[in-house]
Amino acid sequence: MPHRTFLAFVLPSMVAMLLFIALPVASVLVQSFYVQHDKVLVEVETCGPFDCTKEMRVDPDATRQLRREQPLGKFNGLGTYLDHNHLAGSEVGDMVRQAPDRTTALNEVLSLPFYRALTFTLAYTFIVTPLAMALGFVIALAVVGLPAGLKGAVIYFSLLPMIVTPLIGSLIFYWMINSQGIIGATLQAIFGDPTLSLKSSALLTWITLFIYGIWTNAPFSFVVFYAGLQTVPADRIESAMIDGASAWERVRYITIPHLAPLATFVALVQLMDNFRVLEPIVGLNAQANATSLSFNIYTDLHGQVEQLFGSAAATSMVTILGIALLLTPVLFKAWREFKLK
Amino acid sequence: MTSAAYRRSFGLTMLTYGFVAFWLVLAAFPFLWTVWGSFKIEADFFSRISWWQAVLGVKTEMQTGGHFTGNGYYGAWITRGFWKPVLNTAIITFFVVIISLTFGTLGGYALARSTNRYAFWFLMAALAFRAMPPITLVSGYLYPFFELNIWGYMPTAIIVLVAINQPFTLWMLHSFFLTIPRDLDESALVDGCTRFQAFRQVIMPVMWPGVVTTGLFSFLLAYNDFAVTAMVLNQNNQTMVPKIASFLGTVQTEGDVMFAVAAVVSATAPLFILVMFFQRRIIAGLTAGAVKG
Repeated sequence: MPHRTFLAFVLPSMVAMLLFIALPVASVLVQSFYVQHDKVLVEVETCGPFDCTKEMRVDPDATRQLRREQPLGKFNGLGTYLDHNHLAGSEVGDMVRQAPDRTTALNEVLSLPFYRALTFTLAYTFIVTPLAMALGFVIALAVVGLPAGLKGAVIYFSLLPMIVTPLIGSLIFYWMINSQGIIGATLQAIFGDPTLSLKSSALLTWITLFIYGIWTNAPFSFVVFYAGLQTVPADRIESAMIDGASAWERVRYITIPHLAPLATFVALVQLMDNFRVLEPIVGLNAQANATSLSFNIYTDLHGQVEQLFGSAAATSMVTILGIALLLTPVLFKAWREFKLK
Repeated sequence: MTSAAYRRSFGLTMLTYGFVAFWLVLAAFPFLWTVWGSFKIEADFFSRISWWQAVLGVKTEMQTGGHFTGNGYYGAWITRGFWKPVLNTAIITFFVVIISLTFGTLGGYALARSTNRYAFWFLMAALAFRAMPPITLVSGYLYPFFELNIWGYMPTAIIVLVAINQPFTLWMLHSFFLTIPRDLDESALVDGCTRFQAFRQVIMPVMWPGVVTTGLFSFLLAYNDFAVTAMVLNQNNQTMVPKIASFLGTVQTEGDVMFAVAAVVSATAPLFILVMFFQRRIIAGLTAGAVKG
């Protein structure tokens, strides 16, 4: 296909992606070096009947004017990256130096807003992805053996957790685990503890979020693996049966190797999606015990009083860097395969 | 593969059925429970006594005289004006799907037919863009949108959603175009068609399954979005999902939670009906990238 024709065909997509994906990344980079203006303070002298006191007050007009003149804020260099809400360089240094032992130091560092969010994001990504894939695989194995009449209905219901709006799915969970909801109340009855709440402890909140993640991610693995199972060559399975391989051995030595390329694809898609985890934290109202990088950006931008563009941008840059690290091996592999073709 | 290859012992069969039943409960029960509960009052759905109250609707009967009540739905749709965000969602998803498919079929076709090295890099760049969490992009949009005075309007949200969905749309359509034999457009070119005529009159007529499938996923992406619609639309143009999130922010007075429950069920119902009709297409779409590529 001639270059010009190619360009003409891809132009609308390319312009849309450059304007609204590539350019925003540049915009995020620029914004991350700026920080919102401080309020302009003026010294006001108020005189009572006996004496005069001087105090500092916010000058709203001057503040507003400054913001209008320089809406991006003031230049802060890498300041935002290093402040308390982000990498917190000096604080981490102090904690490591002053803490009596390593565990204390680690706990202190992990309670800083950025590291707290990073830990949860990574834990969610790397716990939910493999477990959801395993569950999806087992469901696929089970459904393949069902009679044809049942398959359609089973697949229909299996798709629901995946296609439901993430915020809505997590809200449904939230209502059920409420201490007056069906799961919350049942757990209280089982453990005989009327104060038991899945929302109170960090560990239980994390587990709830992981379970939600597995629930909503498993159907995708299921569908892909189910389709892959249809392409397992029947003669190989039959010959393995003749050779006396057990059901487990057939899965282990024929099915799993056959599905391995699919597993790479599923893992890639789900790692990307789980790294951006946001809605479950909003829907399950879990921010007291679990925050993610996306959630930190969301709260910065969602501020009721003012939006912290600089802070959100700095977290975004770090998030994009994380995604890049996650994706590099995959891109590298794709490039090598492309060269082989 | 024959079913004989998956013939199982009796014990294994029982285990399989048990597991499938367990998974079905896990997958479907939360929805059934919420749909059932949305026709009750709060004192039943969030009962302090026992969840049997929600099944039987004891308080609902005492308060409204019937086993079921539509109060939650009335409150959400009429009192709190949920019909407006529903309308906004309909408008936004409609245009997102149409524009995404127009851009996506053109680009996906060129990517599937070009043998140049840059077509590969274009797809790789799209993959990298696909990996970008939407909220990081939103933090790039907000400030320029405020400055340009285009924040809050529906066309802004539409074009942003189109752009964010474009990488996925391109990949999926690209893999569907690859399944159509090259001979088809090449013979059209030999017969004197331009590239665009070949695309429009020869390829597109046989691409409908791929277009419908990709359209379904564009729809789901736009419909389910929270990060973009919550941040770039003003109060007036808000769509369903952010609206439901803001229902929760308001005080949890009696009845208000049930408005949110009713709104949640209203927003989920179209999705379930859609899957019912297009189940095969969705499965084809999910596996298009994986099994063939």
